[in-house]
This record gives sequence, C-alpha cells and structure tokens, in this order.
Amino acid sequence: MFSNPDLQKLVFGRLSLEDIPYHEPILQVTFAMVALGGLVVLGAITYYRFWGPLWRDWLTSVDHKKIGVMYIVLAFVMLLRGFADALMMRAQQAVAFGANEGYLPPHHYDQIFTAHGVIMIFFVAMPFVTGLMNYVVPLQIGARDVAFPFLNNFSFWMTVSGAMTIMASLFVGEFARTGWLAYPPLSGADMSPGVGVDYYIWALQIAGIGTLLSGINLIATIVKMRAPGMTMMKLPIFVWTSLCTNVLITAAFPILTAVLALLSMDRYVGTHFFTNDLGGNPMMYFNLIWIWGHPEVYILILPAFGIFSEVTSTFSGKRLFGYASMVYATVVITILSYLVWLHHFFTMGSGADVNSFFGITTMIISIPTGAKIFNWLFTMYRGRIRFELPMMWTVSFMVTFTIGGMTGVLLAVPPADFVLHNSLFLIAHFHNVIIGGVLFGSFAGVTYWFPKAFGFKLDPFWGKMSFWFWTVGFYFAFMPLYVLGLMGVTRRANHFDDPSLQIWFVIAAFGAVLILLGILSMIVQFVVSIRNREALRDLTGDPWNGRTLEWSTASPPPDYNFAFTPVIHDLDAWSDMKKRGYERPLKGYKPIHMPKNTATGVILGVVSIGFSFAMIWYIWWLAAATFATMFLVTVIHTFNYNREFYIPAADVVRAEGQRTSVMAGRA
Amino acid sequence: MSSATGAGHHAEPHGHGHDAHGHDAHGHPAGAHGSFKSYMTGFVLSVILTAIPFWLVMSDVLGNAVHTSLIIMAFAVVQIVVHMIYFLHMNTKSEGGWTILALIFTLTLVVITLTGSIWVMYHLNTNMMPTSPHDLMHHKP
Repeated sequence: MFSNPDLQKLVFGRLSLEDIPYHEPILQVTFAMVALGGLVVLGAITYYRFWGPLWRDWLTSVDHKKIGVMYIVLAFVMLLRGFADALMMRAQQAVAFGANEGYLPPHHYDQIFTAHGVIMIFFVAMPFVTGLMNYVVPLQIGARDVAFPFLNNFSFWMTVSGAMTIMASLFVGEFARTGWLAYPPLSGADMSPGVGVDYYIWALQIAGIGTLLSGINLIATIVKMRAPGMTMMKLPIFVWTSLCTNVLITAAFPILTAVLALLSMDRYVGTHFFTNDLGGNPMMYFNLIWIWGHPEVYILILPAFGIFSEVTSTFSGKRLFGYASMVYATVVITILSYLVWLHHFFTMGSGADVNSFFGITTMIISIPTGAKIFNWLFTMYRGRIRFELPMMWTVSFMVTFTIGGMTGVLLAVPPADFVLHNSLFLIAHFHNVIIGGVLFGSFAGVTYWFPKAFGFKLDPFWGKMSFWFWTVGFYFAFMPLYVLGLMGVTRRANHFDDPSLQIWFVIAAFGAVLILLGILSMIVQFVVSIRNREALRDLTGDPWNGRTLEWSTASPPPDYNFAFTPVIHDLDAWSDMKKRGYERPLKGYKPIHMPKNTATGVILGVVSIGFSFAMIWYIWWLAAATFATMFLVTVIHTFNYNREFYIPAADVVRAEGQRTSVMAGRA
Repeated sequence: MSSATGAGHHAEPHGHGHDAHGHDAHGHPAGAHGSFKSYMTGFVLSVILTAIPFWLVMSDVLGNAVHTSLIIMAFAVVQIVVHMIYFLHMNTKSEGGWTILALIFTLTLVVITLTGSIWVMYHLNTNMMPTSPHDLMHHKP
C-alpha cells in the first residue's frame, strides 16, 4: 500500500491487507452472512423509524431494567456465535477419522475451541447472569434503580466492547489458538507471536472492567438501598445469591486483570513473569488464573441457584424450604470457592499433601451445594406444583446438575484426576454443570421474568419444544463424551485414528443438532410470542402468583419501579402483602427523583474498541489518541452536574391511574 | 434514585429482624467524615511511620539488610492500619458493620491467595525435576 515500509508501520502498525482472511471459504461465508444479517437489522431499524427511540430509550439509558434487557440480548446474540463454533467442532470431530482430515485445519480448529470457551463464559453466561441480576435485584428490594445508574450503563458498554473486539478477530487477523485460559508459555510472545492472544487479552481486560464495576454497583445497591423493613434475613434468596456473586466478582476479577496484565507485559515489553527462562515461571500463571477461575464458576452458578429457588417456591405455592440454611449454604460456598483452585491442576506436580488438601476442600464444597438440592426437593414436597416452563427448566436442572455434581466429586479425587485430566470426561463434566446449571437457570429466569419485563408471557408451546430439544440434546451431546473420556480420549484434538471411537462422536454431533433445534425453537418462541402478544398479555403484573416485590408493580414496571417505596414485614414480601389484603395507594403521589440518560457510556465503549484494536495491532498513535479521548470524555462527564430530573407528580398520577383502570377493567 | 434506604444492617449474615428506619440516601451518617484533629493525627503518624524506615535505611542503623526489611514491613503494616482508621474512617461500627466485615473478608482472601500460592509453588519447585544444566549441577548430591 505504501512504498515506504516505515511509514506503513507507523500508520497501520502490524496491520496489513494480508491480515484480512478473505481467502478462507468458511470465513467468506461467515462474513457474507454477518453482512447480510447486519443489513437486514439496520434496514428494519430504518424502516420502522426505530433509530431515535433506540438511541434515546435504550442505548443511552441508565435504567437498570433497560440495561438488564440489553445484557440478555447480548447474551443471546453471542450464544448464537458460540454455538456456531460448537457445531463446527462437533462436525469436525464426527468426520475426522483415519484418512479423512475433516474440513477444519488445526490452526483454524484451535481458534474455534478457544473462541467457543471465551465467548460462552465471558459473553454468554456472564451477560445472562449480570442481566438478570440487573433487572431483578432493584425490583426485588423495592428500589428505583441501582446505586450508581451511570456506572451501570458504562459497565454494560464495556462488556459489549469486549464482545465486539472478539467478533472483530473473525474478520481482521486471527483469534488465540491457546485454549480459553491462554496458558503460557504457549500464549507467550515466542510461541504465539500473532495477534490472536492480544485479541484475547484486550477483549477480556475491557470486558473485565465492566464486570468489576457492575459487581461493585450491585453490592452497593443491595447493602444500601433495600426497602425499609427488609433486613438481611428477609432478602429474597435471589438477592442473597446475587450479593454473594458480586462479592466474588469484586474479589476475584482484579486477580484476572492482574494476571492478564503480567502476561501482556511479557508479550509487549519483554518481561519474564511467565516465560521459561530468566526466572519466569509459567506455573505461576496457572496458579493465579485459577484463583480467579474457580470463584468464576461460582459467580456463574450462584445467581442460577437463586433463580431456581425463586421459581421452585413460586410454582410450588410454598415458602422456600430452609431459607436460613439456603443463605448459610450460599455464604459458605462463597468462602469455600476460594479454597479449591488447585483442583484444576492436580497434575502440575505439587505433591500428595497439597493435592489431598485441595481434593478434600473440593469434596467439602459439594456439601452446601447438595443441601441446596434437598431444599428445593423439600420445597416441592407436598406443594401444589404447576409445571409451567420455568419449573420445567428447574426440574431438568436438578436432575442434570446432580449428575454433573457427582462427576465433579469424582474428579476431585486426585488419583482419578490423574487419569481423567484434560480428557473429554472433564469436558463432559463442566458442560454438564454449566449448561445444566447456568444456562438452564438463565432460561428459567428469562421465561419467569419475561412477562414482568414486557407485559406478556412467552408462548408455552415453542418454549416446551425448546425445553425438550435442549434437555434431550444435552444428554445426547455430552454423555458420549463421558464414555470417550473414560477411554482416554483427550480434549482439543481435531483428528482421531481409532475408528471404533467414531460412533460416540457421531452421537455427540447428533446431540448438538438437537440443541440447534432447541435454539431455533427459542427464536421461534420469541417471534410467535411477540406476534401473539395480545393473547398472551398479562394485565395484573403478577402472572405467576409470585411471592416477591417485583410482582407487586405493573408489567412492564414504570421507569420509577414503585410509586411508593414498599415497607417490608416478612420474607416473601409480596405474598405477605397479598395475604394481608394489600390495597394499592391511589393518591398522595409525589414527584420522583430520577437519573438522566447519558451518551457517555456508549462513547466510551466505542472508543475503547478503537483502543484495544490499536493495542492489538501496535498502532501506537491510535492507541494514544483513543486513550486520551477516553480520559477527556471521562473528565468532561464528571463536570456534568445536570444529570438528575424529577418525574412530575402529574405523570406518576397518570401512569398509576392508567394501571388502576386496567386492573379494574379486568376485574 | 431511591430516596429510601434500609438503615438497620447487620455485620453478620444472620441479623435478627429489627426493623430498619427510613434514611435519606443523600445524607451522610454521623462519623463518615473525620475532624481536622483526626486528619492531623493521621497525617503526623504517617509521617513518623515513613520517616523512621527512611532513617533506618539511609543511615544503615541496624547494619543488617534482613532485619531492616523485616522492621520496615512491620512499619508498613502499622501504616496501613493508620490509614484505615484516620483516612478511610473505618471502625467496627461504621456503615452498620459492613466495612469491618468487608475488611475481614478481604484479609481472609488475601491471606488465602498469598499463603496458598507460596505453599503450592514451594511444593511444586521441590517436587519438580531440575531442568536446566545449571540446575542439574546445583542438585547433584
């Protein structure tokens, strides 16, 4: 492009036209599909004149409900990407035997499994739980927003920015080929000189900022903004698990940030923290990243446990069995989750006494988890169970997660782990707990709270289709991997020689196709529900006969959530209010103090994509410019004192009056 | 923003139900900010706690690097406590006990992370085979 190579390097860093992989047919198809899909979406937004409302009511919104919904939309979009990776891997492994090399060369296959892991954990599971916590926690504690509404918006855009950075690696350059935790020395500058690991580092660093800040935000919200009377032991169980999750986030994510910062210093400025020579020790990376990594799995699963608790109690028509033991179990898991990290690398060679300590702590942590399963079972016992969709996901979770838990305890035995380490048995185990726990929990949460967020229920027929495809598909996809793992098949291989193994991979691929049908049914479910929304409409705000405060307000809730801050007297506040014949107050409304929307979060998010892109490609002038811009935007934002407004009492009267007439019309 | 927050928080998770009182979110509870005197006390103490280690190093008072560094670390711990009390206004009652709870939790995790890592890496280094020729010569009996 430039005749002078120095000038080109100055302007474009190490980016050149050859880095755009237009010669790879798979990527050509992907790019065509993404471009086409993007054009359709943009066209639809223009056609329905949605740009203005999209910008004003959603992208710049500081409303925790809007941000929660946007997190969940992000999770669904990224689920499609992560699942596409999964399908490609299943297809490759089902055919690549003997003479057949399959269709994915190793360098591409390695990128796919890395991207699959990173996307599914950081940009599917995390946005699902963060989104649900964001939406539900303030409503359940009777608050009008989170403690720091702008920070919430900023956190969301940092997460999006990380996700966009990973998506960019598809079309410009490559992604890491290191596995989802980028272990050195493989991820070091010598072994991975390309941009792949840098994409990985910057995507996670940017998204990590968002996660950490949203953790702090939600802790402050739960600690400081509970409705009067809501003592800690009257908190809904989902709020308790959210509190513990956010404590874990705040304590664990700085470790990830630090360890990735050390790795980037190894890669960028030639330090030797994790290299093989000059005093570096790659094993220290394993140690540090798992001190973050193990709490991370509890960060994901605890909110899911909270969702299952709410769902079980609501659909059994009973108070949760053993509320106090549930709280203690959650707190104990929070602490214990910091004492088990070494079970991820028993085979590293720390010796028998270290391994037995961590093996035993791992087995101990299964006790509070098991206690929770019994609490849910006893809640269902002699309850009037309604098998609506959220309850179906919950029952499926209880069966699936118990199996995953048992294989987990098996892996906690160090000698067994020496046999099964890095085998497909491990892969089957963690998909068993993450799909069966986190994903089923998120789906239960989405179907449970959807009518709250949009005022109509989701279509049950397509929901049940999705449920059965997912559940059956899960067993078909992962039970064969347990078998293969016991036979000694290792993970991350793109070709096999022994033809007797092939049948198991074919069964697993069949399971993946069933899950694909599950995901498609879910999309159909959304479309059908939106089209039939009038038939599915719920006017009461309480479609499931709920027990917690979010069901006491309208669906969708007004911007201010509650016209009057509720006063809490008992656990399951809304159930208690209904029992005591609660009447909505119809007058005495006051103006409500609310935060204003702001574009700062979007701007910072977009600029930070530019910053990470510049850092990845060594375009130093752009890195400096974007960093300065971010700094400047932040400073200007702090001097903006015009960020609050009052919703006039007349508007509140109108909104509440409308609800009164709707409810009266129904009755 | 909500104008009502619960005030009756408990340090331990099993707080006994006592009803919270409505509390203005924008008002600062008493004791959140220190007085001029407490800031000065903190400042003077910090200066003293910085000056002594500086003097120990500059004039090499003890004549022993190991002892000097141990003493400096001890001063550093005291310095942290001074900052927490006088500048961060932490005590066992502030924010209804939440700050002290957070401190205990943080300390627990920091201790677990540091001692755990040292323990794990020490055992690893002891158990692993020597790798470089230099190490090999070192390990020869």
